[in-house]
Amino acid sequence: MALPPSADPLLSGSVSSADPMRGAARIFSGLLEARTGQILSESRAWRMETALKPVLRAHGLSDMDALASRLMGHKDAMLENDVVNALLNNESSFFRDLQIFDMIHRHILPRIHAQRSDRTLRIWSAGCSTGQEVYSLAIQLCNDMARWRGWRIEILATDISTAAIAQAKTGIFTQMDVQRGLPVGDLLKWFDPSGDDWRANSALRQMIDFRTDNLFDAHAPQGEYDLLLCRNVLLYFTPERRQSVLRLLARHSHAGSVLLLGAGETVIGHSEDFVPHAEFRGGYGRRADAAAQSGGAMRRAV
Amino acid sequence: MKNCLVVDDSKVIRKVARHILESLDLSVSEAVDGRDALTQCETSVPDVVLLDWNMPVMSGMEFLQALPDANLSARPKIIFCTTENGISHIKAAVEAGADEYVMKPFDRETLESKLTIVGVI
Ligand SMILES: C[S@@+](CC[C@H](N)C(=O)[O-])C[C@H]1O[C@@H](n2cnc3c(N)ncnc32)[C@H](O)[C@@H]1O
Repeated sequence: MALPPSADPLLSGSVSSADPMRGAARIFSGLLEARTGQILSESRAWRMETALKPVLRAHGLSDMDALASRLMGHKDAMLENDVVNALLNNESSFFRDLQIFDMIHRHILPRIHAQRSDRTLRIWSAGCSTGQEVYSLAIQLCNDMARWRGWRIEILATDISTAAIAQAKTGIFTQMDVQRGLPVGDLLKWFDPSGDDWRANSALRQMIDFRTDNLFDAHAPQGEYDLLLCRNVLLYFTPERRQSVLRLLARHSHAGSVLLLGAGETVIGHSEDFVPHAEFRGGYGRRADAAAQSGGAMRRAV
Repeated sequence: MKNCLVVDDSKVIRKVARHILESLDLSVSEAVDGRDALTQCETSVPDVVLLDWNMPVMSGMEFLQALPDANLSARPKIIFCTTENGISHIKAAVEAGADEYVMKPFDRETLESKLTIVGVI
């Protein structure tokens, strides 16, 4: 396990007792950053113990110190993975930031529809968490079935969290999840009851290709996407890492692609490839000269 | 300021709902059952009704059924509140004219999400 210098447990003595990043906690946040690039926010650092409780239980460990020594003692890939999964912020909801989904439905998708003479729509959600974002997109497309008849639709959804991707693939959501943002009409139309939970029906599930993938060692994306979403992911990366993710997104986009970030995230100051979109407020497009260099307006073959 | 009519026979639920709704910048009025709600709607139509399912005198369902015959100047949005999660239950409410539903107990985020979906906030 490669720990950054700040995670050295010997340093812990010098940190004040009010610091949530003491001792063992520093080791966990160091592991999280080394594996995912995510810097633990202060509020999450305070809740670290709660987040790690299920991991302690599952591995028969008594407390945070025992977990830290186990991690440092010998390589335990499964334990590391469980710690990382537990510390990642997987918060998501259906139709999160409704105006953005309105814009996708009313403006972005119709534009792509008008432009793509090869009748192929390619979407990539990078950092998709448990899938609410892409299921929302799939619902929009299915509700507009007549328009997309005869089209090939590819939706790739990637996340570094093995737990989130496993959950997303099942398509199962709790009552609490569906209450957040999913209109009741869509719930009744596209979900089936599954015990106390709800399960996206197979038509929706089949539309989405969920993959575990790290944005800093990406293997899943292939070719160029018309619509790219990387929402609420960049927030906790360092500026260098944001740049690196935006370069990756640029490599998988073409001159007509639209990139959507989370509210409060921006490409400004982080990317030479993307600029605020001329038409879609809150969206980003490729800078004209950058796009020309990388192959012009047409999407290249995969 | 938009108005929400909270219809519930439980004083506690009405109080919790009022607290959340006021924090979302809505003005709130209260009714103790469906009959009371209908009378209030006839005088002044709220933008949205938060409607309980099980109430004495006139249930949420009966309120929904009576609504088309009441001579209201506009149709309020209806968010149905229930403790039952069964699909037939939800379907019945939607078929009777509810625009959305929430499970009790609800929190601020859920109510905010439902009010956004029906276009009130
Ligand atoms: C807060 S969620 C956002 C989910 C969804 N995009 C939304 O806006 O609702 C952020 C997601 O980014 C994922 N993530 C963090 N670092 C990552 C990395 N290096 N590679 C891929 N995914 C990552 C997390 O696992 C988490 O599921």
